Amino acid sequence: MTGSTLDSAKTVLNHHHDAEVVAAHGAEHQDFRLLGIIVFLVAEGMIFLGLFMAYLTFRSVATEWPPAGTPRLELLLPGINTAILVSSSFVIHKADTAIKKNDVKGLRLWFGITAAMGAVFLAGQLYEYFHLEFGLTTNLFASTFYVLTGFHGLHVLFGLVLMLGVLWRSLKPDHYNSKSHFGVEAAEIYWHFVDIVWVILFLMLYIL
Amino acid sequence: MNDREPLTFLMTQAAEYQEQANLVARGSEPDKNDWRKYFGFSTDHKVIGIQYLVTTFIFYLMGGVLATLVRTELATPASDFVSREVYNSLFTVHATVMIFLWIVPAGTGGFGNYLIPLMIGARDMAFPRLNAIAFWIIPPAGILLMSSFFVGAPGSGWTSYPPLSLMNGKAGELIWILSVLLLGTSSILAAVNFIVTIFKMRIPGMGLNQMPLFCWAMLATSFLALVATPVLAGAMILLSFDLIVGTNFFNPTGGGDPIVYQHMFWFYSHPAVYIMILPVFGMISEIVSVHSRKPIFGYKAIAYSSVAICGLGLIVWAHHMFTSGTPPWLRMFFMITSMIIAVPTGIKVFSWLATIWGGKLRLESPLLFAMGFISLFVIGGISGVMVASVPWDIHVHDTYFIVAHLHYVLFGGSVFGLYAAFYHWFPKMTGRMLNETWGKIHFALSYVGFNLAFMPMHKLGIEGMNRRIAEYDPKFAALNLLCTIGAYLLAVSTLPFLVNVCWSWVYGEKASDNPWRGLTLEWMTTSPPPVENFDADPVLATGPYDYGMGSRATEVNVAFSDASDPVLSAGPSSTLRAKPDPAVAASPSDRVGESHNR
Ligand code: HEM
Ligand SMILES: [Cu+2]
Repeated sequence: MTGSTLDSAKTVLNHHHDAEVVAAHGAEHQDFRLLGIIVFLVAEGMIFLGLFMAYLTFRSVATEWPPAGTPRLELLLPGINTAILVSSSFVIHKADTAIKKNDVKGLRLWFGITAAMGAVFLAGQLYEYFHLEFGLTTNLFASTFYVLTGFHGLHVLFGLVLMLGVLWRSLKPDHYNSKSHFGVEAAEIYWHFVDIVWVILFLMLYIL
Repeated sequence: MNDREPLTFLMTQAAEYQEQANLVARGSEPDKNDWRKYFGFSTDHKVIGIQYLVTTFIFYLMGGVLATLVRTELATPASDFVSREVYNSLFTVHATVMIFLWIVPAGTGGFGNYLIPLMIGARDMAFPRLNAIAFWIIPPAGILLMSSFFVGAPGSGWTSYPPLSLMNGKAGELIWILSVLLLGTSSILAAVNFIVTIFKMRIPGMGLNQMPLFCWAMLATSFLALVATPVLAGAMILLSFDLIVGTNFFNPTGGGDPIVYQHMFWFYSHPAVYIMILPVFGMISEIVSVHSRKPIFGYKAIAYSSVAICGLGLIVWAHHMFTSGTPPWLRMFFMITSMIIAVPTGIKVFSWLATIWGGKLRLESPLLFAMGFISLFVIGGISGVMVASVPWDIHVHDTYFIVAHLHYVLFGGSVFGLYAAFYHWFPKMTGRMLNETWGKIHFALSYVGFNLAFMPMHKLGIEGMNRRIAEYDPKFAALNLLCTIGAYLLAVSTLPFLVNVCWSWVYGEKASDNPWRGLTLEWMTTSPPPVENFDADPVLATGPYDYGMGSRATEVNVAFSDASDPVLSAGPSSTLRAKPDPAVAASPSDRVGESHNR
C-alpha cells in the first residue's frame, strides 16, 4: 500500500522517518469525516426524493389511488412505530450529550436504548408485512408501498449496525471521549436522517 | 526553442516568479514512479488518478472496437454483418462503456484526482482510502458489463427504456443494471471526496476566486454527480424489481408508468452530460490560457457559469422527452430552460476565444486539441439548441441528427478535451514529454476522421434515417459509407497516440518541472511530484492566469529560503503554516498589472 498524507500514521512515518512530524501532521489537518458523512447523506436523500417523486407521479397519474380493491392500511401499529422512531431521535441525542461530558456509561445506556427502539420498529414493520392482505406484486400501490418501506427498513437496519459498532468500540478504554467521538456523531446524524425520511414516508403512504 | 525566444522572455516572468516563491515547497526529488504501485490498493491520489486514466482508456479502446463493429454493420443498408440482436447489443454496450466507463470516470476520477490536490496545494484528497475504494469499484463493474456478451448482452440502448428493457434478455439487462449501480456508487463516493477536498483543503491564501478554473469545474461536476446519480440508482432499483420479481412499476400492462422511468433516467442523464463536459471545460480553460500566454478572459464569468450550468442542468431533463407525450406546457418550460443553458455555455466559448485572440499561441498538441475541442463543441452546441426547440425536435428525435449532436459534444467535446489534457499533463504525470510530431499526426487524423464520421449524420437524420436500427433505406447508402470510412480513420487515429504514450513513458525526452511555464501549483513541484506533492505548503505569488502581466519588481516580499523565513523554516507541518503566508498577504500593493482574480 503506497501511502499518502492522511492515510495512517504508519505510512506517514515511512515518508518522514520522524515521529515529531507525524504528531504535528495529525494536528495540522482537521477531521473532515463528519462533513463527508453529511455530504454523503445529501446523496442518500436524493435516492429517497427520487423514489418519493416516482410515488407521487404514479399516484397523480392513476385514475384511482390506491387502485380499486386494495385493502385499507391499518394506522395503529405504524402510528406507534412512528412514535417510537421519532422519540428515539431524542434518546440518541442524550448519548451525544453524555459523551461530551466524558460519560461513556451514559453513551452506552442511551445508545443501547436507541438500538432497542430501532429493533422494535423493525419488528413492528415485519409484523405489519406479515399481516397485510396484499403482496409485493398485487398492484402498483402495493409494490411502491413495499419497496419504499423496505428500502427505508434497510436503512434502519444499517443504523442498528452502526450503533452496535459504536457500542462495541465503546468497550475499549478511552476509545470515545469528550474530544473525540466521531463514531457517535456519525451514527447520530445518520439516525436523524433515517428518522426524517420515515416521517415523510409515513405521511405520504399512510396519511395522504 | 530559438524561434520562440521573445515570447519566452515575456512569459517566463510570471512563471519564474511563481516558481521562485515556491522553491521551498517544491518536492526535493521526483517520484521514482515504480510501476508496481499502480497495481495495488494505493491511497495516493496521483496513483489513483493514473489508475483511473489507464483503466478507463482500456475501456475506451473496447468501446471503440464495439463502435467499429457497429459502423461495419452500417456500411451497407442490409443487415449482413451481425444479427439484429447482436447489433442492438453492440450499440448498447458501446454507449454504456463510453459514458460510464470512459468519459465520466476519466474526466472526474482520472484528471480530477490527479490534479485537484496539486492545484490547491494539498497533499492528498480529503479521504484517501475512500478514493481508492471508489476506483476499485470500476474494474469489476466494467468486466462485469463486458462479460455480459457471454450470456446475451443488454440490447435496449444505454437508456434502457422499459417496457423494451423488460422484454429483452433478462440476464443481460440485470448485468447492465448492476454495473450501472456500481459505477454510480463509485461516482457518488468520488463526488463526496472532491467536494470536501475543494472546500476544506486549499492552502491558506487561496480563496474560491483564486482557484484554478478546473477546480470550479470539478466542484460543479461533483455537485451534479452527488445530486443526480442517486435518482438513477432509484430508477435502477425499481427497474430491477420489475425485471426480477415481476412488479409493474414501469410496465403499462400491469398498470405501471414507463414515463416515470424516463423522468428518473433523464433527471440523472441530462446532468450526466454536464458531468462529462464540465471537467473538460475546466481543463480547456487551463490549457488555452497557458498555451496562449494570456490571462484567461473573464475568470469569474467562466467560474460562475459552471455554477449556473450546474443549477440549470438540473431543470432541463425533459427535453429528451418531447415526444413522450409530455404535455405542451411542460414542453414549453423545458424548451425555454434548455435554450437558456446555452447562455452560460456560450459565455465559456467566447471567453476561450477571447483568451486565444491576440495570444502568443504555442500551436502544439495540447492547444491543437483544445482548439479542435472548441470548434467541434460549438457545432454540437448549435445542434443542441436546434433540438431544444420542440418543433425541430419532433422532426429529428430518434434520428441520426441526435447521434450527430451527441457525438459532436461528447467526442468532439469531451474526448478531444481529454486528449488535450493528456498532452498537457503527461509531462507532469510521468516526467517525460510526449512526442510532438506524433501528437500532430494524432490530431490531424482524429479531426478529419471525426468530421467524416459524424458530419454526414446531420443530413442523414434530417432526411429521416432512424437511429438504433441495423438496416436502412438504400438511399442513405453513400453517406453511411462515408461515415464508416471516417469511423475507421478515427479508429486508426488512436494508434499514434497509444504508441506515443507507451514509448514516451519510458524513452521520452525528460520533462522539467514546468515545461509549459504554467502558473498553477501542479507545475511548482517536481515532475512527477513526490508522494507528498510538496515539501512545504506552496504559496501564491501570482494568480493562476497572470501570464505576461506587467514587470515583476524584485522588491516583492517573498521568502526564497527557509533560513530567512520562520514560517517556512518551521517545516511543512508547523502550525505556523496555518496562517496566511506573508507572501500572499503582502501581495496587492506590490503588484504591477493586477490580475483579474486576486
Ligand atoms: C447547448 C446545450 C445543449 C442543448 C440545448 C442540448 C439539447 C439536447 C436535446 C434537446 C436532446 C434530445 C434530442 C432528442 O432525443 O430528440 C439532446 C440529446 C443529447 N445530448 Fe444534448 N444539448 C446540449 C448540450 C449537450 C452536451 C454538452 C452534451 C454532452 C457533453 C450533450 C449530450 C447529449 C446526448 C448524449 C444526447 C442523446 C441522448 C440519447 O437520446 O441517447 N448535449 N441534447
Ligand atoms: Cu439533455
